[in-house]
Amino acid sequence: MCAEPIPQTRVTRRHAIELFLGGGVLASLASFLYPVLRFLVPPPVIDLGGDEVVAAKVGDLKPNSGEIFRFGSRPGLLILESDGTYRALSATCTHLGCTVQYRADLRQIWCPCHNGIYDLSGRNVSGPPPRPLDAFDVHLRGEEIVVSRKQEA
Amino acid sequence: MFAALYRWLDDRLHLDGLIEPFRHKTVPTHRLSYWYFFGGITLFLFMVQVFTGILLLLYYRPSANEAFESVQYIMTRVQFGWLIRSIHSWSANLMIFTAFVHMFSVLFLKAYRKPREMTWVSGMLLLFLVMGFGFSGYLLPWNKLAFFATTVGTQMAGQVPIIGQPMMVFLRGGPQVTGATLTRFYGFHVAVLPMLVTVLIAIHLFLVQRQGMSVPPKVEKAWAANPSLRREMKFFPNFLLRELMAWYVAIATLGALAALFPWNLGVKAEPFASAPAGIKPEWYFLFMYQTLKLIPSKVWIVDGEVLGILGCSLAGLFWVLLPFFESDKPARTRTWITGLGIFALVFMIVMSVYGYVAQ
Repeated sequence: MCAEPIPQTRVTRRHAIELFLGGGVLASLASFLYPVLRFLVPPPVIDLGGDEVVAAKVGDLKPNSGEIFRFGSRPGLLILESDGTYRALSATCTHLGCTVQYRADLRQIWCPCHNGIYDLSGRNVSGPPPRPLDAFDVHLRGEEIVVSRKQEA
Repeated sequence: MFAALYRWLDDRLHLDGLIEPFRHKTVPTHRLSYWYFFGGITLFLFMVQVFTGILLLLYYRPSANEAFESVQYIMTRVQFGWLIRSIHSWSANLMIFTAFVHMFSVLFLKAYRKPREMTWVSGMLLLFLVMGFGFSGYLLPWNKLAFFATTVGTQMAGQVPIIGQPMMVFLRGGPQVTGATLTRFYGFHVAVLPMLVTVLIAIHLFLVQRQGMSVPPKVEKAWAANPSLRREMKFFPNFLLRELMAWYVAIATLGALAALFPWNLGVKAEPFASAPAGIKPEWYFLFMYQTLKLIPSKVWIVDGEVLGILGCSLAGLFWVLLPFFESDKPARTRTWITGLGIFALVFMIVMSVYGYVAQ
């Protein structure tokens, strides 16, 4: 039986050298690029906010008004309703991240960037916001109004 | 694929016409050819500086309250921040070194003579600007050493008769070195100097490209006597590939230096603290520093300091204009300019070493 000769791809010396040289250059370029890419990634910000913050003192807010406070590295919104109830929510609009405000005339939460409106429980009621605002727990500790993350059941 | 892309571009932009001169460009080959590499290495280190400098800008904050902390943040918190900053510092120092080597090699190989006077002048201006980069960049981490180095350096500028005081106030952004000086130096370092250097590099390279590489007179004479000795290599790809290998060596050296000897940050500057003992300028200013220290405080009726600074400035100016002092009768001037070059080199080395070891 006479088999056909198997076609061979000849690896010449030139090819081998080109491969080693090219591979070496590429590998070294990758080693230059890697630290640069890692450098570009900003280090994580340490959030010292914890889960609880004193948002204001009793008497700081007039009834039917709202105030922005710092909750960790993000803003929160504390509202005192006309009936004396405190409410606290995340102040970051769920649409594109602007900081919302309390509108006494509408008795609603309003984002000025794209006219998004939330009700006092944080539900998105009109405009572009896709999700409700995160609500926080509020309780009084003496004269201090303490806001904390909602305890997940 | 690249060939197709090239054809597409060439069809529209006639790239061939642009590349044509590079195809014909040749580099003379002789036993001193290696000195031609230093200009290219300096250029490469400058590119490293631009690149790492832009990276550092992402995290650096140019104010007296934050500068030191932001560099500390780069060195400790940002991933590979220590590497990028150390490469920037090491590359700065190596760039000044290779620029000096390039300058002296051009001097000793007689490459500054007609028709290359303008190349020499632009190169000398680049050398001064590079030292300006070193001086301004040194202050940016806002540490103690940098604070006093800047105080002394700008005070020296203030010694120049008549224009000295206004110049010092301009440099400092006020009568003292303060946060205002930091923002000014930052502006010089990242905007003014890069712009000037880029323009000058373009001129410098254009002149080199236009006039070709100079051949040292001795080699030229030997070639004229025996034309069969004349050797040249193509710039592209032969010389360029060799140059790229030199760049590879340079970046390997930088990486090794940065990894083994990361650059110190020092202690944060305090304007109302005493200057630390043993304070000295960077090595490339040491020879001037030591020379100034040796001049007595009064020479006849002139302040020693003023005399020293005027002397240094005049020497600098003379060096820039050096090609114009060489007369058309080469035999007479050739020797004294080479002699002067050797004297300057020895003087700089001796004074630097003396400055390094002296108390």
